[in-house]
Amino acid sequence: MSWVNAVVQGLLLGGLYALFACGLSLMFGVMRIINLAHGDIAVLGAFLVWEVSFTYHVSPFIALLPVLPIMAAFGYVLQRSVLARSLRGGPLIPLLTTFGLSIVIQNGLLQAYSPDVRSLGAKAGTISTKSWVINSRLAVPYIGLLVLVLAVVVLGGLQLTLRRTPFGREMRATALDPDTAALVGIPAWSVYAKATAIALATATLAGAFLAIRSTFQPSSGPTQLIFAFEAVVIGGLGSLWGTLGGGIVLGIAQTIGANIDPRYSILAGHLVFLAVLASPRGRILASRSTAR
Amino acid sequence: MTLLEVQDLHARHGLLQAVRGVSFTVSQGETVALVGANGAGKSTMLRTLAGAHPASAGSVRFDDVDITGVPAHRRVALGIALVPEGRKLFADLTVEENLLVAGRRAKPGPWTVETVVAAFPMLKPLRNKKASQLSGGEQQATSIGRALMTNPRLLMVDEVSLGLAPIAVDAVYESLTSLIKSGSTVVLVEQDLRRAMSVADRVICILEGKIVLEAATASVSRELITEAYFGLRAQGST
Amino acid sequence: MTTVRGGPIGSSSGWLVRRSTRASAVASVVSLVLVVALFLVPEVMGANAVQQLTSLFTFLILAIMWNALAGYGGMVSVGQQAFIGFGAYSVIFLTQHGVTPYLAVVIAAFASAALAAIESLLVLPLRGGQFAVGTWVVAEVLALLVTLDHSMGGGSGISLHGLNRYSITDRRDYTYWLSLAFMVLLLGSVFLLLRRRTGAALQAIRDDEEAAASVGVRVRPLRFLLFVLAGFGCGAAGALILANTSFIQPTSIFGVQYTAYMIFMVLVGGLGTFEGPIIGAIVFFVIQYNFADEGAWYLIGLGVVAMGFALFLPRGLWSLLTDRLHFQLLPVGYRLTRPEKLPVIANEGGGVVSEHG
Repeated sequence: MSWVNAVVQGLLLGGLYALFACGLSLMFGVMRIINLAHGDIAVLGAFLVWEVSFTYHVSPFIALLPVLPIMAAFGYVLQRSVLARSLRGGPLIPLLTTFGLSIVIQNGLLQAYSPDVRSLGAKAGTISTKSWVINSRLAVPYIGLLVLVLAVVVLGGLQLTLRRTPFGREMRATALDPDTAALVGIPAWSVYAKATAIALATATLAGAFLAIRSTFQPSSGPTQLIFAFEAVVIGGLGSLWGTLGGGIVLGIAQTIGANIDPRYSILAGHLVFLAVLASPRGRILASRSTAR
Repeated sequence: MTLLEVQDLHARHGLLQAVRGVSFTVSQGETVALVGANGAGKSTMLRTLAGAHPASAGSVRFDDVDITGVPAHRRVALGIALVPEGRKLFADLTVEENLLVAGRRAKPGPWTVETVVAAFPMLKPLRNKKASQLSGGEQQATSIGRALMTNPRLLMVDEVSLGLAPIAVDAVYESLTSLIKSGSTVVLVEQDLRRAMSVADRVICILEGKIVLEAATASVSRELITEAYFGLRAQGST
Repeated sequence: MTTVRGGPIGSSSGWLVRRSTRASAVASVVSLVLVVALFLVPEVMGANAVQQLTSLFTFLILAIMWNALAGYGGMVSVGQQAFIGFGAYSVIFLTQHGVTPYLAVVIAAFASAALAAIESLLVLPLRGGQFAVGTWVVAEVLALLVTLDHSMGGGSGISLHGLNRYSITDRRDYTYWLSLAFMVLLLGSVFLLLRRRTGAALQAIRDDEEAAASVGVRVRPLRFLLFVLAGFGCGAAGALILANTSFIQPTSIFGVQYTAYMIFMVLVGGLGTFEGPIIGAIVFFVIQYNFADEGAWYLIGLGVVAMGFALFLPRGLWSLLTDRLHFQLLPVGYRLTRPEKLPVIANEGGGVVSEHG
């Protein structure tokens, strides 16, 4: 594969990673919760889309329509029931709760479905296979482009919501100081629940498109979680557009690595991530995130 | 008409008993000043009244309804607003956003962004400035304005002049005085006795979590309050 | 036990500062007896018991190490499996180059400590989630590097051949004794760490790092020490796991499920306590022994139990005991006592809390 093609594929892959990462970023930004079950929730969403798609014989895109609200509702309930309680126990408890949740979801899916790798690409139709062929060395897959556009739209939408809408203001205020937010009438529990609902909906989108674009299985969660995390950290905690940038950097690192040798792709991504962590920029971001 | 009724309120601050059996009332339209040394329990008490801090015993009644267990954000809906110690503005939000976010769920009332800015003219040029870039006085004005956006029936202000330059305090008190003149019910914590007595109808002095003096400002001298402040008086609450 | 006037902390009211109580004195003696008894197990008990206990000791080591990191150091690592795998593969490497297996285990533990020292340069400046994911990614990188290395068996795994020179019984017994020795060594190290000034310093760091630094607590060296110790311990555990099972694969020995187990053990037992990880490891061992065959359901159960504890009993099982009985088994804290009155409660790791607080 040519290098240009590798970079372009990496760019598109970055769109998927950004889609995965924005929910993680949102939950951390608003609630300081690192949802270690985020990847598994995305996979759960993918399996739900699978179910609806095959049971009702519709394309996964259509199947997303009922699944998204279901997962959003699940997020709302999850926050109200489990995560809210975890928050009161200090910073360690949410890590432990979400870790437990991750194990439950992963193994629950393993029980319900086989460990076989599967894909929703076929169900999605030709869009998942067709490419826009530019020349003999560069082809842009439609689905990759769709995901990148979707990532931009979702991130842009979230950014707009945060900056311009009353609800977004409440989220920002609660993220900065939930105690004082309560003193001006903002119910933190409601803000958190809605944020979690949004986060899970974006995770479901990401999971579904992962399933359409490539393959997935019950144990895909942790891998996607690491990538999502890497995207968030590379791009800078607390910045939504940074998450897009981070995803793209990660995607390109992986595809360039793969271009050298297919076995190096994930390793290349990890090494870039570690390099960012080690860099002065990484340190500044690390200290900033704990300054709150 | 009694707006706020506090009965035998107890509250802890960590392992310490910060508020130890405080009882008092506030009538509609009154201005009450809470004075006392640092650590006497004034802030804890205000926070408990606002619902930001749990009461370990006793009761709080607002408008003749028991609100002791009601969470903070719901007390705001009932009409209680607290301007917290240290201003606590939302740093990354602009002045206008700070005001808007408080006003979103507010009951209908006289306070809007426009009327708040009119009441605190220093804020006019600052509407789009980030709260973290404001001076102390500007922050205090914004914080009071933010509390007003909820259209409260009872406004509580914790440490009005803490950390502010005298000129800034003057400006804040100018706005506060007109607020008080318009008939609002205000409870304020103020370290500066002269200022406190200049705006308040009543003074309550707190020492180590208990009320040691409660009197109308007209009928009591600064010396008396000072003695109570430092615990030189043996009297309890009237 | 006379009242001391003007005692150690300038006490003028007759308070005494003591390191141990009757309960802890008894427990210390019992512990020593227990350790001696454990050394004798291979002589008196059967093969199965020896093997199971070896397993238990490995879990104990992991639990103690993770607790040291998270409970005492406030560092939540999701990547200790890096050292578990590194320890195991170090043994492979060393035996491939002619080192006797059990010596290789010891060297591997030190090598893991060295790895921890290097990794600390990268991860110790991080906090919270970044630290967690950073450590995890390091573990993943190591696993990938091993997978790419054919001399280490690549992705399909590799066996430890050097153990073939021993009889099965000897192998089992030596592995047992080495596991026991490491466990005692690590428990002892943590105990010493807590008992000396470092114990109070660690608690201070955990409670408020800035404040601790401002009173002269040297934060960075202490966190470094804990991280290296945990690297040493987890490396030893990994090497012992290899000795016990003889065959490893990168995906499993570097697997994040080890972190899951460690979190489970420490959370169930009691984070930040000395006795907690011991209880947690025993509980985990019992559950594993009885249910591990259930596959996915077993893991689901573990996850649910972990969540349950996080939500309802976040301080773990040991807190049930300490809340009711007000004692510690081992003398790691300080106790303020007044001869005429009942003793007041001491905190784990050096703090003092008055009973009437």
